[in-house]
Amino acid sequence: MKINPEYKELAWQGLWKNNPGLVQLLGLCPLLAVTSTVVNALGLGIATLFVLICSNATVSAIRQWVPKEIRIPIFVLIIATFVTCVQLLMNAYTYDLYQSLGIFLPLIVTNCAIIGRAEAYASKNPIKQASFDGLMMGLGFLAVLLVLGAIREILGQGTLFDGANLFLGEWATQLKIEVYQLDSQFLLAILPPGAFITMGFLIAGKNAIDQKIAQAKPKKLEQAIERVRVNFES
Amino acid sequence: MAFWIASSPHNHQQSETSALMRLVIYATIPGILAQWYFFGWGNLIHIALAVTTAIVAEFTVLSLRDKKITSQLFDGSAILTAVLLGISLPALAPWWITIIGSIFAIAVVKQLYGGLGHNPFNPAMAAYVMLLISFPVQMTQWQPPLSLLAMDIQFNDTLAVIFSGYTPQGYSVEQIRTHIDGYTMATPLDTVKTNLTLGLTVAESMNSPVIGKHFGLGWEWINAGFLLGGLFLLFKKAIHWTTPFSFLISLFVCSFIAFIISPDSSTSTMFNWFTGATMLGAFFILTDPVSGATSVKGRLVFGALAGLLVYLIRNFGGYPDAIAFAVLLCNMAAPLIDQYTRPRTYGHDLGAKK
Repeated sequence: MKINPEYKELAWQGLWKNNPGLVQLLGLCPLLAVTSTVVNALGLGIATLFVLICSNATVSAIRQWVPKEIRIPIFVLIIATFVTCVQLLMNAYTYDLYQSLGIFLPLIVTNCAIIGRAEAYASKNPIKQASFDGLMMGLGFLAVLLVLGAIREILGQGTLFDGANLFLGEWATQLKIEVYQLDSQFLLAILPPGAFITMGFLIAGKNAIDQKIAQAKPKKLEQAIERVRVNFES
Repeated sequence: MAFWIASSPHNHQQSETSALMRLVIYATIPGILAQWYFFGWGNLIHIALAVTTAIVAEFTVLSLRDKKITSQLFDGSAILTAVLLGISLPALAPWWITIIGSIFAIAVVKQLYGGLGHNPFNPAMAAYVMLLISFPVQMTQWQPPLSLLAMDIQFNDTLAVIFSGYTPQGYSVEQIRTHIDGYTMATPLDTVKTNLTLGLTVAESMNSPVIGKHFGLGWEWINAGFLLGGLFLLFKKAIHWTTPFSFLISLFVCSFIAFIISPDSSTSTMFNWFTGATMLGAFFILTDPVSGATSVKGRLVFGALAGLLVYLIRNFGGYPDAIAFAVLLCNMAAPLIDQYTRPRTYGHDLGAKK
């Protein structure tokens, strides 16, 4: 099976090169606020992923009939609809997680990463590509949330997957891993400033990796164009 | 820039960063001695730990950043930061508090912002605030002066408490802090603050054993020690007089006004001067040339703002002492203060008439 290079490019853009969390720095408010544990991060990440796929598909499906002048309100309405769906679903099936995410669940409506993709990509491309773009951007966002949540939970409480039963049901209680025993929590990692600092380190790490890759690449020999410069005045 | 046409005398000050830093470190000695005399070995152990960690952290970051290691590692700034941090920690705090604090001060607050001369915040105080916010329990277990303790604490006892949490006889920090009569002793500032919430007047709190005869048993002498060190620095012209002067005057005026209005619920001016970290803050922390204001007028504003903040946080805030918070807030305000207090360049107009 041949993979369409366009999909490959979309995946690369969403997961790494143009990652909404690390590069575009969009949707920082939920990113920083709810990532105190992995489970919270997972819940919000999956909710965002779902909304992003659905809104991208819908926006792309109706792109022929949306007048340019009022496209933004229409996008927001579509996103708000899906957010409401997610909110009601979570309220029904994962009530504890719904409570621990609090205001940040309805605030997905204002997540710039979603409206950014609707405006920049989905409103100009066919449904298939738009939904795939939504999936990849959502996965990229989810990955950043998970890494951030894991670092903060390990530093702050010394555990991983604490409270997984809120999201996945009773059987998940045993998923909780005690990485090390802490007598006193490292509160900074759990508080918002810790999120900012960790996020800074993550971005720095990504830039460092990019630089390493760029250095490792063999330099293309540029063909020297030899031309005698005649006009010295400019 | 037209320096080459400047007329003589072409005098150049030969002193280097390391000499200045060494001078400041020497000036902390009287205060540290007073701390040792009244509170035992705790702070000396913390200072040693902090200096070691700071040097290791500085070395690691400098080698990661491909900087000149010998000249920058031994310019003394990291050591000074570590000494100030060690002084300000509670004497019986566990060892990892100091380690985390010094690594944060050097690696994050100083080097991540670009090293000495580029840090917007005072590294020692930023680390102190980070520790206070992250570990409120350990960071508020202040040890009462030795003379009030029910047990005799020697060097090896302190060492054991810091590294294991218990003395060789098995006493915990909580037990050490407990008075013979069975109540836990706090710092003078904390005592006054708690008593006010209990409905006692300041005059009544002054009878508490931790306050002693004057403003706080031991604390008054520690502050006197730092004042002495500060005067030495002023005499050596290592620091400018403006910041400490305006800081102390501002704190004096604020507490004086409050004392006049309601003497029962406000502490005296001298109590504000000689408890907590007032003198350490005035002469050793606010005078940091990197994170403070630059011009004379700017420094006056900077110090006055710090004094006001210290007074407000001490009396209306949630924490008993306020130097670290006030310093960080003033560090944030320093660029703005500099912006509005730019000295007039010679030959330019006064800006009054246009």
